[in-house]
Formats: sequence, C-alpha cells, structure tokens
Amino acid sequence: MSHLVIAPILLPAVLAGLILLVARGIVLQRLIALAGAAGFLALPLLLAGRGGAPVAYHLGNWPAPFGIVLIADGLSVLMLLLLAVVALPVLLYTMASGWDARGRHFHALFLFLLAGLAGAFLTADAFNLFVFFELLLIASYGLMVHGGGAGRLRAGIQYVGFNLVGSTLFLFALATIYAVTGTLNMADLAVKWQLLPPADQALARVAAVLLLMVFAVKGALVPLQFWLPGTYAAAPGPVAALFAIMTKVGAYAALRLGWLVFDAGPTAGMWAELLQPAALATLVLGAVGVLGSRDLPRQAAFAAIGSMGLVFLGVAAATPEATVAALYYLIHSTLAGAALFLVADLAGRRGATGPVAALFMASAIAVAGLPPLSGFLGKILLLQALEAQALLIWSAVLLASFLTILGFALTGSARFWKAHGTAPTAAEPLALAATGLLLAGLVAMTLLAGPLTLWLQGVAEGLADPAPYIAATAPQSGG
Amino acid sequence: MNLLIAVTIGLLTACGVYLILRLRTFPVILGLTFLSYAVNIFIFISGRLAPGLPPIIDKAAPGYTDPLPQALVLTAIVISFGMTAVLVLMAIGAHLGAGHDRVDLRDDAEAGE
Repeated sequence: MSHLVIAPILLPAVLAGLILLVARGIVLQRLIALAGAAGFLALPLLLAGRGGAPVAYHLGNWPAPFGIVLIADGLSVLMLLLLAVVALPVLLYTMASGWDARGRHFHALFLFLLAGLAGAFLTADAFNLFVFFELLLIASYGLMVHGGGAGRLRAGIQYVGFNLVGSTLFLFALATIYAVTGTLNMADLAVKWQLLPPADQALARVAAVLLLMVFAVKGALVPLQFWLPGTYAAAPGPVAALFAIMTKVGAYAALRLGWLVFDAGPTAGMWAELLQPAALATLVLGAVGVLGSRDLPRQAAFAAIGSMGLVFLGVAAATPEATVAALYYLIHSTLAGAALFLVADLAGRRGATGPVAALFMASAIAVAGLPPLSGFLGKILLLQALEAQALLIWSAVLLASFLTILGFALTGSARFWKAHGTAPTAAEPLALAATGLLLAGLVAMTLLAGPLTLWLQGVAEGLADPAPYIAATAPQSGG
Repeated sequence: MNLLIAVTIGLLTACGVYLILRLRTFPVILGLTFLSYAVNIFIFISGRLAPGLPPIIDKAAPGYTDPLPQALVLTAIVISFGMTAVLVLMAIGAHLGAGHDRVDLRDDAEAGE
C-alpha cells in the first residue's frame, strides 16, 4: 500500500478547500498555508526515503491501462522536492510583504497551484496530465491577477488566452494519439508506440509535434514565448517567483514523454531535431531581452526565457549526461529565477537599500551563471555534455551569458547607484530572509554539487531505462 | 458522414483561428469557444464513428462504440466551459478598469482612440 504517492496532491487540495470553507481571517489562512507548505516539503523527502524504484498508485484500484495511475519515480520526486523548496520561501515572502492581504483567496489559490503541479509531476496518464495542467493553470490565472488593477487584468487576458489555445492543442494531440494507439496511459503508450503499423505513422508524428508545441508553450520556447514577459512582469512579485517553476513543467513533460514514448518508433530523434534550434533561439532571445529591458521584473522574465533555452538544450540532446546537466540547470534556474523576481519586487516596493542591492547582485550573478554560484557549474556540465557540437552551442551559450551579464550590470547600476526621487525604506527582515533562503539553496547546490550530480545521474538512468517505470504500472495485488 | 464531420471540424477550427487573431477581447473569446467546440467533436470521433451503437457491451446490440472518448469529451467540455467563464470575467474587469477592450498591451496613451 503506498497512499503516500497521492499525498502531495491531496494535502494542498484539502487544505485549500479548508481555507475556502472555514478560514475567513488572514492569520488563520497563513497558518494553514504554512502548515501545507511545510507538509508538502516533508512528503517528497519521505518518498525519496523509499529508494529510487518507481512506486505506483492505482486510483480506485482499477487495473493499469484502464484506470489512472500515479507513479513516483526519481524524476517526479526530484520535481516535487524542487517545488516544495521554492514554495516555502515564496510563501514566507508573501506573508512578510503583505501581498497575500491585497486580495482574497491568495492562500487557497497558492495551495491549489501546488496540488496541480504535484499532480502534473506524478501522473502516468497523458489525459490526466492535461487535467492537472488545467488545474494548475486555473489557479495560476487567479494568482496572476491577484491584487487587481487594469494593467494586470489585461496582461492576464493574454496569458489566459494563450494558454487556452495551448490547452486546445493539447486536446487535439491527445485525441490523435488515442485515435492512433487506443491508449493514453504513458507506459502502455511506450509499448504500443513502437508497434505502430506504417499507415498510422504519419498521424503519430503529427500528434507528437502537436504535443511538443504544447510543452513549448508551457516552457516558453521560441516562437511560442510571447505570453511570458508581459505575464511575469505584470504578475505580483512572489507569484512570478512561484511561476518560475511553472515553465519547468513544460521541460518536465518533454523529458518524461520524450524519454518514455517519443524517442522510439516513428518519432525517434524527431523531438531532438526540432527542439535544438528552438532552444538555441530561446537562449539568445532571452539574453537580448535582458539587455533590452529597463525594469527589473521584465528583465527577470526574459532571464527566465533564456534559462529555459539552456534547459531545453539539455533535453534536446537526449543523452543521460545532457539530462543530468539539464536537470541541474533546471533546479538552479528555478531557485535563481525565483530569487530574482523576489528581489525585483523588493526593489520596486521598498526602493534600493543596501541589503536589497546585495541580494540583487547575488541573484543576478546566479541567473547569468557567473562562477561563484551554481549556474556556472550547470553551464559547464551542459557544455561538456554537448561537446560534440561545440562550435555552435558553445558560442551561443557564451554570447547569451555575456549579453545577460551586460543587461544586469546596466540595470543594476541605473537602479542601485543612481539617486531616485523617493527615499527607500528598509525592507521587511522576513522578506529579505526568504529571498536569502533561495540564494542559500544555490550556495548549497554549489557546495554539494558532487552528491547532487550523483543523484541526478540516478534520475537520468531511470529515464534512460523505462522498464521499471513500465513494470510499476502493471497491476499488482493490493496496489 | 465522415466527410461531413471532418468538414465541420475544419470549419469550426478555421473560424476559431480567425477570431482569436482579432484585436478585441470579445471575438477572441468567441474564437476560443469555436476552437473548443472543434476539439470536442475531434475527441468524440477519435474513437471512430459508430452510428447507432451503445457505448456499453450489450448482447442485444450488434456491437459497441468506444466509451472512453465520450468520458474524455465530458472532461474537456467542463474544463473549457470553466476556463471561458474565467476569461469572460477577466475581460469584463479589464474593460471596466482600462476603458477599452483591446487585447494588446500597448500603453493606454497610444491605444486611446
């Protein structure tokens, strides 16, 4: 019996409902949300403690290809842990800065978003993945316009519209896959995908490309990145920080389905072929955007796009070494991006005081991937894994890094060295501490890079060999 | 029958794509609705067209039609309905707050007519 697998979805969902039903006051809401986020951190640790083998949970005890299955394997647990590690400081920051009191239902939406993300990381059923995508999106719509204001609502409409088109594409892709294979269970799909008759292969390739486009929308890959800068720049600072992990859902889904299903049969090597140029373009466009924007939230948003370019470069290579590098950089860029959004919010609300400037310095170094912090190690890992195409990829990565550094140096000197009209006020200590906590995570990633890459190697090997994942889906007595 | 359904889906999708490229929120919302209608029919026929057959195994019937796409399409309808409602509310809020209902994010000074 492994009810623990479904706990990361149930815990935040139940607490969110509890907040909506009984918690009228902000204090009680904060307490429940904090308990939820802390419990959410404990669950993946418990799951990781069970060892690396995939654990399945058959919903309603229906046998595998017919019922929905949740599977917690190395990659799922890693993503859950990352989500929990980002969510807790962001929640602390929200409480310290008073953002959560500027509108209603912040904490309920926050917990629903955690539930949706946890579901997307755990599910082993393609249609269920769509449902959890929608759950996390609808919570994110509410969070994005939290605090109101016409500008935020108008940016919100673009965000919702873009994602609704993405959801429609997702449904078209899933329906095509179902029409071709007759299944939507990922493990079952992995088996049937290789046995497709030649007549169905063209349709299967169309479905795979449609699905890749959906993940590109979520992961803000060029040319489907247009929704991101406006949304992230207009969203409340802490919400944008939490959104730093939402783009990673696209990368997660591409990794999961790319390794499990689509790197075989009629679509072998196709995703890699499409992903690599898009990832390179994303990387460069993100860096140019960082250089071109003059306010911090927008710059942080473009930095998030650029980091997705690097992550997808690793995903596209589809080798275990490149996957380790992509995962390492994914963890790094989530923490660093979240920290940068929080710093941008601090600087916007409270002005440029000394501690804020120091935090900006640290997070800008992290996002640009300069040596003392883990971004540098992530880039080295990636460059080593992609050495075969050194000329193209190395020059793109180095050019993008240079442009990013230049952009941050320009904004930093204009924002923090020049006198501005209003005198800055000291930032809340807890808000500073929450931002510092994210940066401390980066320091830990740098110091413990050895053990971390060892763990990631285990995760990548789990992806490269899908047999245990497929075996875990098979019905077991009492499963 | 097959051709009719295929043409219908194509037409709905074309209308939807045309409308979501418009500048005002109302046509965009209509376009998204058209797209979701198109995809709902598309999911429905992904289990193949089988007119007059029950979605359960019945000894009296000559066969059965695949019930799973019907379950999927129900989920998709509920979700797209909810999402459209959210978008309508946000569009009303933005219209009331900004005084116009353009979709693009230019500054209000430029966009004012």
